[in-house]
Amino acid sequence: MTDVRLLTGGEAVAHAMRQIDPDVVPVYPITPQTPIIQTFAKLIADGEASTEIVNVESEHSAMSAAIGAALAGGRTMTATSSQGLALMAEVVYIAASMRAPIVMALGNRALSGPINIHCDHSDSMLIRDSGVVQLFAESAQDAYDLTVMAPRIAEDARVLLPVLVCLDGFTITHSAEPVSLLPDDEVARFVGPYRLRNAVLDTTRPTTQGPFAMPDYYFELRRQQAAALEAALDVLEEVAAEFELLSRRRVGALEAYRLEDATRAIVALGSTAGTVKDVVDELRDEHEAAGLLRLVSFRPFPSAAIAAALEGCASVAVLDRADSPGGTPPLHAELAAALYGSDLELAGHVYGLGGRELHPPDVREIFRGAAAPYVGLRGERCPV
Amino acid sequence: MSRLKTIVRNQRGVQPLRGGHSLCQGCGVPMVVRTVLSTIRQPVVVVNATGCLEVATTRFPTTAWNVPWLHVAFENAAAVASGVESAQRVLRRRHALPAGEEVAVVVFAGDGGTYDIGLQALSGALERGHRFLFVCYDNEAYMNTGVQRSGATPFGASTTTSPAGLDSFGKAQRRKDMTAIAVAHHVPYVAQAASTHWHDLSVKVERAVAADGPAFLNVLTDCPVGWGHEPKLAKQVIDAAVETCFWPLYEVVEGRHRLTYTPRQAPVEEWLGSQQRFAHLFRPENAELISQIQGQVEADWNELLARCEEGRM
Ligand SMILES: Cc1ncc(C[n+]2csc(CCOP(=O)(O)OP(=O)(O)O)c2C)c(N)n1
Ligand code: SF4
Ligand SMILES: [Mg+2]
Repeated sequence: MTDVRLLTGGEAVAHAMRQIDPDVVPVYPITPQTPIIQTFAKLIADGEASTEIVNVESEHSAMSAAIGAALAGGRTMTATSSQGLALMAEVVYIAASMRAPIVMALGNRALSGPINIHCDHSDSMLIRDSGVVQLFAESAQDAYDLTVMAPRIAEDARVLLPVLVCLDGFTITHSAEPVSLLPDDEVARFVGPYRLRNAVLDTTRPTTQGPFAMPDYYFELRRQQAAALEAALDVLEEVAAEFELLSRRRVGALEAYRLEDATRAIVALGSTAGTVKDVVDELRDEHEAAGLLRLVSFRPFPSAAIAAALEGCASVAVLDRADSPGGTPPLHAELAAALYGSDLELAGHVYGLGGRELHPPDVREIFRGAAAPYVGLRGERCPV
Repeated sequence: MSRLKTIVRNQRGVQPLRGGHSLCQGCGVPMVVRTVLSTIRQPVVVVNATGCLEVATTRFPTTAWNVPWLHVAFENAAAVASGVESAQRVLRRRHALPAGEEVAVVVFAGDGGTYDIGLQALSGALERGHRFLFVCYDNEAYMNTGVQRSGATPFGASTTTSPAGLDSFGKAQRRKDMTAIAVAHHVPYVAQAASTHWHDLSVKVERAVAADGPAFLNVLTDCPVGWGHEPKLAKQVIDAAVETCFWPLYEVVEGRHRLTYTPRQAPVEEWLGSQQRFAHLFRPENAELISQIQGQVEADWNELLARCEEGRM
């Protein structure tokens, strides 16, 4: 029996959380994440899950409490956006280094300033090098699927790292779509029990966690942690294959959309992929060999798979929904590294900052190679 | 109550904090940790804020800890403890932890990790009512980073960021009353103690751990390096803080204040004169400052007595 419901992305994530029924969820409100935790709190209030929600006093404390709970031996999830992520950034790095398998939904929102509540990916990029897994959803369905998969990736002994499920603010968090939910018992079985080898609450075998490491060990520990993030690529594919058996939906590290014989391709993250797919379909109808490479996994970055997927293309345009003032935008820089030595033409575009829309004609311009580096920017001087 | 012998070994005969750490000679911090942990009879998890204790006891791959120990950052120890406590609560509810003795969650943080950068997380955790014990080892400055002033540094003390000089008499502001701030959270148990008053501290720990909710202990702890006294004089220095009423020993149970020790009410010079950080106050041109400090101490003491009186009604 498929259970298809009309749900926003935020509600879809909350339903995944209800089915996972984690032990502890420390959380702090921020738009556009709030619908996730509000929906989840109501589900608990109605007896549909029995998680302990800890209404902490800040996102810094949310991630700190999450580390405490996860390392104590409880399955732990949280959610945030933008300024919340910026405030907790210090502790996100530490969560990764302490190998705390926390799952966090990130409703992507532009960083201040100016303060803004709409989508871009500057928040994700702020913690690019924190050592956490970052998976980007294209739709509410994707957000649900990735949330169900996330604990399996986070808790795998080869990984043991936080996993962020990133969903575009408003475009996904607040837009209702039909979402197909798995049966509760199947999710419970798929996720399985939370088993941590060195739980802090195991007082019979005391461990020292979060020690001070000097030049004689710090480097080794950091390299070990980076290797675990690299290993998450294989684990993601394994979990995706297993999830496909249940759901007949496959969300792996990347999605090649009509790429086989494409000569021009766009590479993008998140909900924008949906817009690009529409344009690809139109161009295909017009006999243009256009395709899309949608990246699901931004960290770890699947460089080899990307290079292979884009092999036949003559030109590739990368869409960054975050800028890197004074440097190369993050996705563009990654692609340039992944494709180094190939002779395809690579163009980079920044779009959609602070929630600015990307329209299908913009995408056509990008495919034609006629778009400006900053797509959709009006560029006039703002009134002071 | 702990006897001196059990201060180094807990009830099960294991040293919770072993030797071999690199805390300075004469440092009051290990004494506080041992007194606290040896008093607690049930199993414990220690959460430690960044600071001298954390740095000096856990240089990877060594550790001085014989009990589960967790350190995440400087300002968030109370939040980390909230997570551990919440996990324990839900795991017991879900029968995922073996039935039996509850694990006591104990935080150790310096004054920086309590009064200043750690205040928000502590306030949140106290307000939410987690069952945990927060122990502030208050050595009145950021010692680990080289003796910078904190919100706990007393008026007139010279630190590296409030140095005494030709135009300065040291810290120009008064210290915060962190114990009163904790009391304002309506938690079941709050107390002020001192590192060398073991019996008093130990009794307070017992009450704190038995409390049904958050407990806060503010423990004045000597630092020979930052205070400028000989390590062997640690006990005299802390005793002077208590006897001069600079650091009264008291507890607040369910909002009711009670003195746990009656000091001699010695003049503040006894306290100020015991440490290099106050030496400049004894220059003739600063004589006025010492009487100002005496006045502050007396006013605070009388205010505390009044609160204790109210408690008796
Ligand atoms: C966010 C952050 N800011 C600053 C520091 C640097 N720092 C580490 S320990 C410390 C002082 C700690 O003071 P206190 O809490 O009083 O403990 P003590 O050193 O006296 O034991 C400081 C400033 C840090 N680790 N993290
Ligand atoms: S600097 Fe002070 S607080 Fe730090 S270890 Fe030395 S004596 Fe103790
Ligand atoms: Mg200090």
